[in-house]
Parts: sequence; C-alpha cells; structure tokens
Amino acid sequence: MSANRLVFILVTLGLPFAFYTLFVLWPFAQAFIYSLTNWSGFSPNFEFVGLSNYTALLQNATFLKAVRNNLLMAVVIPIVTIALALALATMVTVGGSSTGAVRGLSRSSFYRIVSFFPYTIPAIVIGLVWAQMFDPSSGLINGLLTAVGLDQFRSFAWLGEVSTAMPATMFVIIWGFVGFYMVLFIAAIKGIPAELYDAARVDGAGRLRMTFMVTIPMVRDTIQTAYVYLGILALDAFVYMAALNPSGGPQNSTLTMTQDLFNTAFKKGQFGMASAMGVVLAVMTLLFAAIVFVVIRAIKGKDNR
Amino acid sequence: MSATDVSARATSGRATQSRNESPTAGSDKVVTVVSHIVLTIWSIIVILPLLWVFLSSWKTTREIFDSPFALPQTWSFDNYVGAWTDSGIGKYMLNSVIVVGCSLVLVMILGAAAAYTLARFTFFGSQIVYYLILAGLTFPIFLAIVPLFFVLKNLGLLNTLPGLIATYVAFAFPFTVFFLYPFFRGLPSEIAEAAELDGAGEWRTFFQVMLPMARPGIVAIAIFNFLGLWNQFLLPVALNTNEDNYVLSQGMARFASQAGYAVDFGQLFAAVVITIVPVLAVYIFTQRQLQGSLSQGTMK
Repeated sequence: MSANRLVFILVTLGLPFAFYTLFVLWPFAQAFIYSLTNWSGFSPNFEFVGLSNYTALLQNATFLKAVRNNLLMAVVIPIVTIALALALATMVTVGGSSTGAVRGLSRSSFYRIVSFFPYTIPAIVIGLVWAQMFDPSSGLINGLLTAVGLDQFRSFAWLGEVSTAMPATMFVIIWGFVGFYMVLFIAAIKGIPAELYDAARVDGAGRLRMTFMVTIPMVRDTIQTAYVYLGILALDAFVYMAALNPSGGPQNSTLTMTQDLFNTAFKKGQFGMASAMGVVLAVMTLLFAAIVFVVIRAIKGKDNR
Repeated sequence: MSATDVSARATSGRATQSRNESPTAGSDKVVTVVSHIVLTIWSIIVILPLLWVFLSSWKTTREIFDSPFALPQTWSFDNYVGAWTDSGIGKYMLNSVIVVGCSLVLVMILGAAAAYTLARFTFFGSQIVYYLILAGLTFPIFLAIVPLFFVLKNLGLLNTLPGLIATYVAFAFPFTVFFLYPFFRGLPSEIAEAAELDGAGEWRTFFQVMLPMARPGIVAIAIFNFLGLWNQFLLPVALNTNEDNYVLSQGMARFASQAGYAVDFGQLFAAVVITIVPVLAVYIFTQRQLQGSLSQGTMK
C-alpha cells in the first residue's frame, strides 16, 4: 500500500472513526461498566457491586411496570400501524376498477400527500398537539363528542384516566407513523410485477384473496423492517411521553423505561442504576429485533414448503 | 416504463376483462367508493388536528378555554409575535438551524468519506471497523446517555452548542456510513482505477469522480439526517440544559412541562404552527415537483 493511500485512509476513515469511538462506542462500553457500580455521579469514587443493580431492578415495581408498558406498546403499535398502513396502501394502489389492468384509485395522490404530513412534524410537536386535542375542557375531542350529544365526555380526562391514558398515547404514536409506512407500502406494492395480479385474477382470486396471496407475501421484507423500526420506537417513546404525560401518567400507566432511566440518572443521580436500566433496554431492543426476524423467517419457510 | 410495456399490459387486461365482465362491475364500484370513503376519513383524522391548531393559534387563551370551535374575535398576530419573542421560539429556532446545519454538513462529509474508503479498500481491520459502525446503529442512544454526559463534561463541552453538534455528528455517523456504503460499493471500481491511471490522486478521484456519482444517495441520506437531527430530543434534553442554548424541540417541550395556567395557550398554538409550516411547505413543494415524474408509475 502506497504512503499516499495510507494517508488517505487515515484521514477519511481513521479520523471520523476515532471521533465516533470517543462519542459513541466509548460511552456504550462505559455504560456496561457503570451498570456494575453504585456510582452516584457526584462523588468521584464508586465501588463495584456486581449484579446487584440488576437484581434490584427485578424487584423494582415501578421499573417493572415501565417494562410492561413498553412491551405492550411494542406489540400493539407496530401491529396496528402496519395493518392500517397496509390497508390504506392497498386501497390506493389496487382499489380502482378491476376491469382492465389492476389499477389504483383515481386522484389518490391527495391521500398520499396528506397522510404523509405527520411525518414532517417533530415528535414533540405531535405530542403537544394531541395533548391539546385530548384536553378535558378545551380540547377538540371532547368538544366534538359533547357536540354530538355524548355528555359524559364533557370534561373527560383522556390522558388522566388509568383506563384511557395508554390507548390514547398509543393512538398518538400510531397517528404519527401510519402515513410514512403507507407511502413505504405503496412504493413496495408498485414494485410487484402486474403479471402476478393478472395471473391471480385469471385464477379467479378476489380482491381480499389477492391481498393475502399476492400483496402481503411480496411486501414481507418491508413489513419486517417496519415492524423492527416501530418496535424499537415503542421501546423508547420518550419524546411522546414528554409531551403527553411527562410524569408517567395516572398510576404510572404510561411510564416508560426511558423515562424511568432519565429520572434515575438526571433527577436522582443514581448513574450506576440508570446504566443498568440502559443495558436492560438495549438487551430488550436486540431481543425484539431477533424475535421479529426469527418469526418472519419461520412464516416464510412454511409458505415456501 | 416503456410504451410497449403499457400497451402489452392493456391488452392482457382486456383479455381478463372479457372473462369476468359483468359480475365484478357492481362490486367494483362498491370497492372504489368504500376505498374513497375510508381514505377520506383517514385524511380528515390527519388534517383536522392541524386545522384546529391553526385556528386556535389566532385566539386568545381566554377564547381557547371558552370553546374549541369558535372563531377568534379579532385576527391579530399577537400570538405569533409573543411565541417568537416571549416564548423564545425565534431564539430556539436559530439555535436549531445552527446546530442542525453544522452537524448535517459535517456528518455528510465525514460519513461519505468513511463510507467510500470502507467500500473501496480492503485492509487489515476494515471488517472490524464496519461492524463497529453497525453496532453504533443497533444500540439505543439511551444506553450511552449517562457516560456521554460525563464525556462532554470532561471535555468542557456540556451545555454548549459545539458539544451538541459533536454528539449530533457522532450519532448520525453510523446511519450515514451504513446507508452510503452500498452506494459506493455499487459504483464500478474500474472508474476509480481509470481516474488514477489518468494521474488523478486519491483525493481528486474521491472528490471529482466518485463523490458526484453517489449524489442521489447522498441527497436521500441528507434528507433523512435532516429530519432525524431536526427532531432529535433526548440528546439536547440531557446534554444541553442551558436555556439560552435550547434548540427548538426543547423550547416546545417547555410548554408541556410548565404547569397548567402558567402556559400561554395562544402562544403554544402559534409556536406549533411556526414549527410545522416550514418543513411542511418544503415537503408540499417538492412533492408537487415529484408528481410529474412519478405520475407515470402511479397508474398501475
């Protein structure tokens, strides 16, 4: 290797990588180390306490509640978002007349453009908007419900009741992402060769059958990617909670691991414990992605047989 | 799509049409109408909150509490002026523009250079470097946030804009490299070799030959990086707690963390409109430009 090339590699790759190591890799590695200590952050010394942070977490009712909330979101949010996005995308692409070639709805670009709007809005602003929409007295939701005669909603606190806080929160996140995945699915469906649809029609398949036999198998990779991304997002969800219920919601019904971690670190100063929470979150994220890959591969294998 | 392609598809469509003509015609209409209805309902669900925010942004806080529907009694820019100055949205937006602008330029330069070198040269450790970059993409930022706080503190960069820019660049770096890598990989290496034979050095080959060829990929990644960094929330909230240095997402979060009556709701709605409109306008504008080239593919 020439000296010129060595200098080139060191500058173009070595320099950015050193920078990346300092700000990303090194903190990631440190987190694992800190998670084994009782470091409070403000004293320079700390002791290694083994796995006691982790065993404490297993008995910490608040944290376990947060884990359950995150798991619920990681199951519900991707399924509802993907189902809704796929249904809307199918209507846009093959909802038109079925005489002649399979075709999309006329004037469908309007729907596509509008549905994508939420993706251009920062998550914190989406949360703010919906916190106002759900406001008990001045929000639009209760305004509309009472206007059509449902008086029990006159000052109903959607985000303040244990039974509705979590569904309302999940609705907000779903609202923010359906349009993006709809556009993604539209692109994927358009990539399917039209001959497949024509062949299915010749075989007498109806629309529903075509959706299940042609569309879904052909866009399975996109579904998998969407599921992993949405699941990781649901395991975080910090920014939405900061706008909708910064303190964890009624009886911690919308508390997330990320909120608990943030408070443990920056409000209570328990940096060792917070790092252990970070490790739990990271492990759950990786496990989630692995499970999605395995499940989807299993379904694929069954179909191919 | 070529013309023959379209006509071939049309003929094959006509062939199927004659096969099942009348029985599907009725149900066809139903499906089309139902599709339009469902899509319209979803569009209303998307647009209605935004329209309501826009309407409310012209109302006084008192009017907002009186009724969610009523029109404002006077249309004045008071809320917008107040949001821009009193609530500091103008200042926060400027900080956001500075931080995101600098980070975006830096990460695209560093990311493109690193992706190019990784894609073009194989050397001792290049595989390890690639997987370490991938690892940075896999782990949640929350895992790193506590140690990162102290890294910045020790460097004297905590609560400063340069510190925030550095972390933005570092955390956008793996995404940039990972998605630009295939673009550079896809470029034929013969071109780079030919450029070198013609006497271009490594640097000229990269900047004048290879980089322009990867432009479509670079533009796409830059757009995603912009949206990601513009919306970034955790990094500033944890690492940038000096109010003067707040970025836009932090300024907006202040509305949520203030208790009930301390919030000026008129300014809140105006601030939301100010935040949404620029990006939405850019989206709608580019969308219309894209329409022409996409319309051919739309009629599938």
